[in-house]
Amino acid sequence: MSQTDIEIVVEDPTAPEDDSPSVVSSGTIEIVVCLLLLALAITLGYDNWRTGASWDATGPEPGYFPFYLSVILAGGSLYGLIAALLARRASSGTFVTRAQGRRVLAVFVPTLLFCLTTQFLGLYVASFLLIAGFMRLVGRIALWKSLLTAFAFTAIMFVTFDVAFDVIMPKGPLEAALGR
Amino acid sequence: MEALGLLLHGFAVLLTWKTLLLMMVGLVLGIFVGVLPGLGGPNGVAILLPLTFTMDPTSAIVMLSCIYWGALFGGAITSILFNIPGEAWSVATTFDGYPMAQQGRAAEALTAAFTSSFVGSLVAVLLITFLAPMISSFALKFGPPEFFAVYLLTFCSFVGLGREAKHKTVISMSLGLLLAGIGMDTVSGNLRMTFGSPELLRGINFLVAVIGLFGISEILLTMEERLALRGHAAGISLRVVLGVWKDLPKYWVTLLRSSFIGCWLGITPGGAIAASFMGYNLAKRFAKEPDSFGKGRIEGVFAPETAAHASGTSALLPMLALGIPGSGTAAILLGGLMVWGLNPGPLLFVEHKDFVWGLIASMYLGNVVGLVLVLTTVPIFASILRVPFAAVAPMIVVSCAIGAYAIQNAMFDVWLMLGFGVVGYVFKKIGIPLAPFTLALVLGNRAEDAFRLSMIGSGGTLKVFWSNGLVGSITTLAILLLFWPVIDGLLGGIGRKAAGQNGDATKG
Repeated sequence: MSQTDIEIVVEDPTAPEDDSPSVVSSGTIEIVVCLLLLALAITLGYDNWRTGASWDATGPEPGYFPFYLSVILAGGSLYGLIAALLARRASSGTFVTRAQGRRVLAVFVPTLLFCLTTQFLGLYVASFLLIAGFMRLVGRIALWKSLLTAFAFTAIMFVTFDVAFDVIMPKGPLEAALGR
Repeated sequence: MEALGLLLHGFAVLLTWKTLLLMMVGLVLGIFVGVLPGLGGPNGVAILLPLTFTMDPTSAIVMLSCIYWGALFGGAITSILFNIPGEAWSVATTFDGYPMAQQGRAAEALTAAFTSSFVGSLVAVLLITFLAPMISSFALKFGPPEFFAVYLLTFCSFVGLGREAKHKTVISMSLGLLLAGIGMDTVSGNLRMTFGSPELLRGINFLVAVIGLFGISEILLTMEERLALRGHAAGISLRVVLGVWKDLPKYWVTLLRSSFIGCWLGITPGGAIAASFMGYNLAKRFAKEPDSFGKGRIEGVFAPETAAHASGTSALLPMLALGIPGSGTAAILLGGLMVWGLNPGPLLFVEHKDFVWGLIASMYLGNVVGLVLVLTTVPIFASILRVPFAAVAPMIVVSCAIGAYAIQNAMFDVWLMLGFGVVGYVFKKIGIPLAPFTLALVLGNRAEDAFRLSMIGSGGTLKVFWSNGLVGSITTLAILLLFWPVIDGLLGGIGRKAAGQNGDATKG
């Protein structure tokens, strides 16, 4: 493989190591998901049965369709549960390694915080904080670049949605102080 | 030719500066989305959908479908230059595209990819132009039982023909149908599965779910991988383009075969991914020296790209003619139609002629403009990859949140999006397919309404689904497809070992 004409190189300073130990196997997650789906199917099935899941003179009652869907979902997840339990003997693949898990959480937690902040401070402030914080802390990008990018992106979003297209986003005290 | 006249009218609708500008914006955004890791056709369309809420439906769909064409073009860029398929359907393009780039023939490979994309789409659009009006006028005679039978056929073919474990497809589909049922029941007006929550009263919005399932979950998945990359930069000169085009007639068999595969798999829910692999494998099988594939053969780029684009485009045919999307992205466009107040289905061709023919005309025009655009701007788009993912990821998150919020102006939807993001991440990792879920969520209410209206019409007897030749054959075909793996196994005889794996298809 010739390396001479390679012109675009992007590094990933916080890449997950390849030899990171497994946190949890796919089999275990499959069992958990099937159990959760089973619980959901039972909850929804019960609610639909309460609404009325029988067949009257004019055809099915409102709960009829969803009730039987819950039954199918329950059947499917029960089958998946048994299949996953049986396959457990054989070695199942890794669901996520420790290094990967750390990286996924590094996106998920900021996203969660972003949603919380949006609820209280409005979307635009939250968006500025998310982008600047994420670039600086996770991407280890220079502070001024992070702040500038975050500000520019948020400003473009504000102009596009709030000013040009009249799509109103959740706003907080800052926008109120600026009179928007 | 009535279709031709209407198509010309469609071009007339389209040829305003505003629409052409939107088309360019859509294409650029689409290529952008296709090139970036962690974003793809369906995500891009879902995230950018809110931009179109205030537009008139024709402008909106032109822009959205151009985002889709752009994403289809963009996927090839990263496959060839970086050996990273921007989209799942570009995986087969890397087999010969990347070796070509390594040999210093990147420009040739890119030209081949874009040109074949264009050919594939063109064949599919021609098919749509002449077939869609016929199917829709035929479907105008459909009553609720026929529609339910068609929906059933769609669902069953997913279970019977999908390559994932059958019980996982069944789980995904029944979950989607159940979530579609939350909220007000449209036939009786009763509340279902709301558990007294005012937020659930509105139901689970399809687009919110899609933004979470595809947008947020894709970022989580992308972060798991090493994002360092090195690749070839390429400019395309006119000489190379003309050189590739001059040789094009030599490959007409490959192009035509891949177009047919793509169109077929696009209309049935096989999808662009299956089409691209099948196109590649068949080209290899019919080649005189199959061993030269994988080492930088131009046919290895032509075959999968033509098939993927033919499939991606023809997936819009059932959506336009019957209101049944043939792919995830088509499902999202269908969701868009409902937001703009259009009722998808065969009536679209009667009631909204401007819209439908504007859209079809935009497929022609969008692909021509797209071809020119990608050929001239490849270096710019390739360098987008220099932007670190740590800067792109939070911007995608913000765009997703804006999209989710804007649909119903509800903060609850932003949380729902986050929840669906986690669900999508986990489902993808344990192999529960998301396409049946998406399809079920968007069609659930319509399927149920059709079923219950047929029941009211028939006085509650299931015989209505076999009451005439048409509905009877569709229903029977649906049931055959549902149990297809079993039937296939039985037909294959006892000798075939595969029969053992097919037992689980009887489930559900």
